[in-house]
Amino acid sequence: MNTSALVKEYFREEKLPHIWCPGCGHGIVMHAVVRAIDNLKLDPEKICIVSGIGCSSRASGYMNFNTLHTTHGRALAFATGVKMANPNLEVLVLTGDGDCSAIGGNHLIHAARRNIDITTIAFNNNIYGMTGGQYSPTTPTDSYGTTAPYGNIDKTFDLCNLAKAAGATYVGRSTAYYAKQLTTLVENGIKNKGFSFIEAVSSCPTYYGRKNKKGDAVEMMKSLKDDYIDIKIAEKKPELAESKILMGEFYNKPEEEYTEKYQKIIDLLKKER
Amino acid sequence: MSNNIKLLQGNEACVEGALAAGMEFYAGYPITPSTEIAEISAQKLPAIGGHFIQMEDEIAGMAATLGGSLAGKKSMTATSGPGFSLKQENLGYGCIAEIPCVIVNVQRGGPSTGLPTSPSQGDIMQAKWGTHGDHPVIALYPNSVQEIFDITIECFNMAEKYRTPVILLLDEIIAHMREKVDLSSKDSIKIINRKRPTGPKEGYLPYKADEDLIPNMADFGTGYRQHVTGLTHDVTGFPSNSPTVALDMMTRLMKKIEINKKDIIKFEEYRLEDADFAIVAFGATSRAAKDTVNRLREDGIKAGLFRPITIWPLAEDALISLSKKVNTIIVAEMNMGQYVNEVERVACKNCNVEFYGRIDGQPINPDEIYDFAREVLK
Repeated sequence: MNTSALVKEYFREEKLPHIWCPGCGHGIVMHAVVRAIDNLKLDPEKICIVSGIGCSSRASGYMNFNTLHTTHGRALAFATGVKMANPNLEVLVLTGDGDCSAIGGNHLIHAARRNIDITTIAFNNNIYGMTGGQYSPTTPTDSYGTTAPYGNIDKTFDLCNLAKAAGATYVGRSTAYYAKQLTTLVENGIKNKGFSFIEAVSSCPTYYGRKNKKGDAVEMMKSLKDDYIDIKIAEKKPELAESKILMGEFYNKPEEEYTEKYQKIIDLLKKER
Repeated sequence: MSNNIKLLQGNEACVEGALAAGMEFYAGYPITPSTEIAEISAQKLPAIGGHFIQMEDEIAGMAATLGGSLAGKKSMTATSGPGFSLKQENLGYGCIAEIPCVIVNVQRGGPSTGLPTSPSQGDIMQAKWGTHGDHPVIALYPNSVQEIFDITIECFNMAEKYRTPVILLLDEIIAHMREKVDLSSKDSIKIINRKRPTGPKEGYLPYKADEDLIPNMADFGTGYRQHVTGLTHDVTGFPSNSPTVALDMMTRLMKKIEINKKDIIKFEEYRLEDADFAIVAFGATSRAAKDTVNRLREDGIKAGLFRPITIWPLAEDALISLSKKVNTIIVAEMNMGQYVNEVERVACKNCNVEFYGRIDGQPINPDEIYDFAREVLK
């Protein structure tokens, strides 16, 4: 399906254009998510897209499915309720770095721990964009934000390591530059019957870029290309991976899914009756 | 004589009432003195094909409860003071997005961790103003185990009917008290379910209200695609910054409760027919107050009890009538003066309003209200 057909099929055209700044990577990430849904030929009526608060979370409003734009950080908690109450729904969570690892960090680790069948796509732009450029848990140490005027002294979260350690059964990372790979990761994440976490590295030329002299949108997009290396290549040729950030599929080990486990309890009690 | 009489704890009766009302989903977090509600829900829900989940915190408990309701299931969560504080964020979301659900708050001594195992009625104002911004509130407060069963059903019905979160206020005393409950009424219970859309799926307007000011609510996954947001939104459900849209949305949210006050407001009047003195009390305190009224009557004082069952919206008309009938009202509550301010607001033009409160974690007993009343009436 070409892009304009994709827009017609899966977007609320009357809500476009989106609110994201020129050069923002979020549109590409949103495109990748919809492309993955199309590739898998999922029934749009059975898809529920849940988001929190922040730039990333405005995506839900543009996408023509069952959409739920919740409170800051709580997308995964709402999504858990939706999925538990109706396990037949395909639930996707669109969130941001601040949304899912600061205010919503607790919900992320516990959704991962339960291995509930939710595919989470974290739009990571390393900054709080909606509020104007404050440092987030993924803002690199020593970078600047409006609330880190002397440089950020916090250590950064590796969102993929966090999700994997917490129990996610599918984990991957790609960037807005590698849109095709990103699409594949989202597809595989949806296919995994369990908790999947995909970090989609995006860019924020308006706040993060400007504050940290990272150049214009094109230069930042170039970084999303040059600063990353696929884990498979890095494993074969470690010398190429020096000072690069890994991307690709990091973890893929299906385990029994949460709502299926609960269904077993229901079935057991039914038999006993 | 009914053969379905059981000895139940208040919290247990709450779950029985919820199940009778059609609860199929519960998401919560353990907290004293409400924990039994979660425990019994965990035991009973899967047996009827429903779902229970213990979330990672109180905030998530409230969020998942709303998520469950959006997926089409009647949902409940229960908590106590500190947890009720945490639930406020998403309680507001439930109000603006018009998501039916029931939130139980078994009140305990506060502020903060306070007195976890002691009774209190300190959350009367939090039930109304806990979440930020103006918003519609329905809060009910039973005073016996039987009434907990009945009122829990009522809470679900009101939540479904008016598409809004409903707060069930309990206190530690009635929640942990055991009394006989007649469950036979189960078969004759009136159950209300939310209005769901039946028209064309294309062009469904999730926030376009009917004449009763309540919009039809579609379950996720039924083909009525919709966008649900906590942002101010128009009839399509999509956000808007328009002053007209904001005014229309807020006006309807408040008005849908306002015009149905008659249906929502419940109260008990005891020996008030010829009374010239009244005690106003609710929950556990109203039981002590009833005893006091009887003793004052023995003394020849024409005393009566007004017991609001619906705390919010305020039983304003009934309180005004009361204030025109009696010379003095004593409001007795286990706090430093919350409901009394509302009574004063509506009644002080017509009669004298006095306050008796207690905040040491001990219940208000009939003797102390009696002594206070005799002092006031001197």
